[in-house]
Amino acid sequence: MTLFLALVLVVLVAAAAAYLARSRAAGLRASGGGRLNSLPGYHAAFAFLWAAVPALLFLAAWAPIQEQLVNGAVLASAAGRQLPDFDLARANILGEAYQLATGQIAAAISPDAARIAPVYREALGRYGLIGGGFALLLAIAGAAWALTRVRATFRARSGVEKWLMGLLVAASLIAILTTLGIVLSLLFESLRFFSMVPATDFLFGTQWSPQTALRADQAGSSGAFGSIPLFWGTVFIGAIIAMIVAIPLGLMSAIFLTQYAPARLRSVLKPMLEILAGVPTVVYGYFAALTVAPLVRDLGLGIGISSASSESALAAGLVMGIMIIPFVSSMADDSIAAVPQAMRDGSLAMGATRSETIRKVILPAALPGVVGGVLLAVSRAIGETMIVVMAAGLSANLTANPFNSVTTVTTQIVQLLTGDQEFDSPKTLAAFALGLVLFVVTLLLNLIALHVVRRYREAYE
Amino acid sequence: MTKEMQPVTPTTPVPFPSTAIAADAAQDDAGIAKEDTAWTQRPEPTPHLDEAVDSNPTAGEPLGQGAPKMRAQDIKVFYGEKQAIRGVSIDVHEDKVTAFIGPSGCGKSTFLRCLNRMNDTIPGARVTGRIELDGQDINSPDMDVVQLRARVGMVFQKPNPFPKSIFENVAYGPRIHGLAPSKADLDTIVEKSLRRAGLWDEVKDRLTESGTALSGGQQQRLCIARAIAVDPEVILMDEPCSALDPIATAKIEELIHELRGRYAIAIVTHNMQQAARVSQRTAFFHLGELVEYGKTADIFTNPREQRTQDYITGRYG
Repeated sequence: MTLFLALVLVVLVAAAAAYLARSRAAGLRASGGGRLNSLPGYHAAFAFLWAAVPALLFLAAWAPIQEQLVNGAVLASAAGRQLPDFDLARANILGEAYQLATGQIAAAISPDAARIAPVYREALGRYGLIGGGFALLLAIAGAAWALTRVRATFRARSGVEKWLMGLLVAASLIAILTTLGIVLSLLFESLRFFSMVPATDFLFGTQWSPQTALRADQAGSSGAFGSIPLFWGTVFIGAIIAMIVAIPLGLMSAIFLTQYAPARLRSVLKPMLEILAGVPTVVYGYFAALTVAPLVRDLGLGIGISSASSESALAAGLVMGIMIIPFVSSMADDSIAAVPQAMRDGSLAMGATRSETIRKVILPAALPGVVGGVLLAVSRAIGETMIVVMAAGLSANLTANPFNSVTTVTTQIVQLLTGDQEFDSPKTLAAFALGLVLFVVTLLLNLIALHVVRRYREAYE
Repeated sequence: MTKEMQPVTPTTPVPFPSTAIAADAAQDDAGIAKEDTAWTQRPEPTPHLDEAVDSNPTAGEPLGQGAPKMRAQDIKVFYGEKQAIRGVSIDVHEDKVTAFIGPSGCGKSTFLRCLNRMNDTIPGARVTGRIELDGQDINSPDMDVVQLRARVGMVFQKPNPFPKSIFENVAYGPRIHGLAPSKADLDTIVEKSLRRAGLWDEVKDRLTESGTALSGGQQQRLCIARAIAVDPEVILMDEPCSALDPIATAKIEELIHELRGRYAIAIVTHNMQQAARVSQRTAFFHLGELVEYGKTADIFTNPREQRTQDYITGRYG
């Protein structure tokens, strides 16, 4: 029995249970058993959930276990013991045997695969029967239990409620666990990297040249993994240049939209501004590399900066700043709008002008929300990849000249992980260490931002 | 006396025959006489308005002489298509407290907001008619609205101190209007304003604390101090006590008495006893019209209009 068949059967059993529960409950009502605590529909849902959910959960857990068991059984068989020891070759043959056994291919290229295919098929059938049969039993047991509970007084509604709450908890746990999984996957590779390169060299070194040599006697074979130039480039582009663009423009557009624009203009401008957030970053990347970067280079040459490069921090930062504007402006918009009207009236009634009111009353009151928005925008900007890959360049310069080329953490990660890699070299593993540090930084920024925003929200409620 | 009184003509037919008024009056007298024994048995016919008026020795003050501080003529206010005020004319006098009373939605707050053009801040609001401050049209292009609001201050229904220190709240107006050339001047203005608002003794040791940390009544007095700090000529108060407890209310009322004479005050209130206690003039609004305007004592003890009588005796509102 394949697991897919088991899945279908479980759902069928559950559906049958739901139907039975429904008609039983309806029968109770018709036979004058008094008022039902729960409508027949709830009894049906209760039976369905009891039949389907435990069995489906079991199947989900069983699928990876079964693969292990089948592989183990095949390798333990007489034919399996003759397979090559080399991991890659063995996995290849096993994969082919699987396809042959399940009928996805008609004939195998490797004779080994053809030889073990029957063994494979047999093991697959055996464990499939065990797993699928158990799932089916679970479904039937759940259905039977639920069906015995169909009574007029049974509170199926609250039973369903509990199931639904469980499902909602599971849904939110998945997001959280995924975050945890991401951290762990970064962490383990990073630990391997730090076992090859000292953490202090990585965190405080100012030289970045992640080449590792093919031969041990080659020049520069050790490579240099000082990440300071990368983080400087990231901060320079994402937190300095982009913010110099995004904070004033975003804030001013938020002020205009909330305080000055007539309602009709606002209803047109605000969605248009938010369209900026929907432009794919790769399109911003083109724009930065093909349009803005040459302009910036010409400007740099024009004002006598001979080192102006066509891949510059300024070009990437400017475009990134534009991209970030909607983040800043929509957060600022929300927090300005949350400042009570009474505050504004109070200031206007004192004879303050609108801009005085904004500068001296509204902005100070909205400041925590604005700061939260800016921090979120910074964390978005330093994690941004496409624009900097296309426009910022690759040379790890430690420079404050915005017309020079700098590189960022995300750009280097892309460089390190595209093409062929060896996972035992620090060159590849460095990408994970960079990713980990970047993740920690953006996580901290997000936490601070959320904290700031939340404290602010409490202030006016 | 008749010169200041605005001619008011009843626009709706009198709803009750005059015998009903006589019966009401008789019941009122009986109610007061039997109050000690009978108050549990039947609803209060009058909410102690006579006592409130009696407690206010200024309620019967003769109407002021000379030109009014502010004069509104035939004011109409529209919110979009809806008309909120239907031709109101009122004078506000220099050394008087003028109370605007009336049921909810009668337009009294809207009218008050016309006097310093706060209706400008409401999209779709339109004001017609002429409002003069010392004879000058406040809606004319020559009038700087910023200057107008410095001269005609406002205190709102809910205390709205800025989220700044107590000192900065009061210093806000003098700073934006450049009234204090030096720090010492500013200190003087802040102290004087807080003293006048009766708040100095309570906050003098914690001027750097946030204004929002004060109690409701203190916050409202802070807002009054803030309004006073720019040395206005008129103070508009829009239900200044509606969010306050009785003790805080009493303090504000006391304060209004003290401020009278220095500023022309116009106060909107839902609380008729309050109007009877603090004002010398009372204007009764109903459905966007000014029904009756006159000496407070007259309005509360001897109204000329049936609708006023019905309102102050609690028949509606």
